[in-house]
Amino acid sequence: MEIWYAFVDHFLPFAWSQHTFMKNALLAVLLVSPVFAIMGTMVVNNKMAFFSDTIGHSALTGIAIGVLLGFQDPLWIMVIFSVLLAVAISLLKNMTGASTDTVIGAVSATMVALGIVILSRGGGFNKFSRFLVGDLLSINPKEVFLLVFTLMGVTLLWGIMFNKFLLVSINPSLARSRGIPVRLVETLFCITTAVIVTISIQWVGILIINSLLILPAAAARNISRNMRQYHVISILITLTSGVAGLLMSYYWSTATGATIVLFAALFYLGTLLLKPRFS
Amino acid sequence: MADIGIIKKSIKSCGLCCTKLENFGVTFGKTEILSGIDLHIHCGDLTAIVGPNGAGKSTLLKAILGEVGYTGKLYFLDSEDCQRNPVVGYVPQRLDFDLGAPISVLDLFSACLSSRPVCLGHSRRLRERASASLASVQADHLLDRCLGDLSGGELQRVLLAMALDPSPDLLLLDEPVSGIDIQGKELFYNLVSDLRQQYDLSIILVSHDWSLLSRYADRIILLDRTVQCCGTPEEVFSNEKVLRAYGPAIREELGKLRLKPKIIHGGGGVHA
Repeated sequence: MEIWYAFVDHFLPFAWSQHTFMKNALLAVLLVSPVFAIMGTMVVNNKMAFFSDTIGHSALTGIAIGVLLGFQDPLWIMVIFSVLLAVAISLLKNMTGASTDTVIGAVSATMVALGIVILSRGGGFNKFSRFLVGDLLSINPKEVFLLVFTLMGVTLLWGIMFNKFLLVSINPSLARSRGIPVRLVETLFCITTAVIVTISIQWVGILIINSLLILPAAAARNISRNMRQYHVISILITLTSGVAGLLMSYYWSTATGATIVLFAALFYLGTLLLKPRFS
Repeated sequence: MADIGIIKKSIKSCGLCCTKLENFGVTFGKTEILSGIDLHIHCGDLTAIVGPNGAGKSTLLKAILGEVGYTGKLYFLDSEDCQRNPVVGYVPQRLDFDLGAPISVLDLFSACLSSRPVCLGHSRRLRERASASLASVQADHLLDRCLGDLSGGELQRVLLAMALDPSPDLLLLDEPVSGIDIQGKELFYNLVSDLRQQYDLSIILVSHDWSLLSRYADRIILLDRTVQCCGTPEEVFSNEKVLRAYGPAIREELGKLRLKPKIIHGGGGVHA
């Protein structure tokens, strides 16, 4: 961390970068952005926007369970809970054969309601509202290291599994004919999404985390012609809107996560207007 | 011993391999989709599966692929009569594709053939290999095009090229040309038909195009929950059960077909 602080002091001698919390937050943004960019492209390919949304919302129940069990920091309980939920949803989807969005819709609403009921017991819901909006500026060096490991984990997983994820998202039968264990790969992807979303939720916020996942990928999709462009553009958009959102939220004193999402939305709008030129 | 006899009869340009289904069935929950299917699919044959919607045609292919569970036996014998896992090529229905995704033809090829993440770009070697594969189905000009920009016929040819690399023992085609214009269909069927000579493989094709099947298929299987009728196109088209169920459709399609040879004959006559 010391190296990073020295780096920022040397190269970014601005008023905002004097604060340690801003230095931490900037590093966090730089780490989280690529993860969200490459996760998001695959989530959009898989048409799983609604799934990741559900995982985000279900974090409420995860927090509630953590609180019931008496944990101060419910992060690990949240992660375990969301992984279980992800596995349950993919099993439910395979077993019932019901339309995925119906299954997910049912689970999503139930989990939000359950979380709110438990957390609002005795009228104490307000102290959990930080999870709804998220607080990136509160991130501490230990948590930044968690993000470093997350980025490394996702990069490694993508290096090994990317082509398999891609084929399964394009056409499961085709993937199967290539000897890929489709169900296993699907479940692995669901679990990865669940872990990433849950880890990031306390900094980005339950209400908007999904937009951060979907918007850059959706924007990149409008103007790219192959997988390489898709990923490069998506990463550039998340990095730019991440840094811009962080700085603007400092000057406007607004919630950081939401400000970042607004910048991503601007990119989406822009690429939507540019789309006819690229198709 | 009887099995070997059947195999020997069907030897063409290729080996002795054969895919066998014995008492094959698929059940979802309590619904029996397929049952009691006994089939020998020979190397070098183009076997066509026809049947009404919901007859279980696609399910049969998915079960052979291993995507859905099945009962009974399914095994593949190679030319030495040894059991091994066959290399399967599969061409899915066009409708199942998300054509909005920014995936180029080369991306799709690389994703199948290498484990290097395609978002990092492609090696020259793979590019050449994909280009050569595509050339064999007259589609090498499509290499850098986006999947969503291809016409139906072009996409199916690309998928066919992919299914042929690496060279498969068994090629499964699930209504590969439904919704494609007649020129596209003819081109596709011609390519598939030529494969029998070029490769050592058996082909299973699900289709509704009676007229094209009667020209290209070696064997037609009428499937409706189980095998209703099986034989050469002539045998199947003269089968009473088939005529009762599909009579008007077959007569209409075959009518179209008969028109063509007549015209050719007429032309020949004038020349003579």
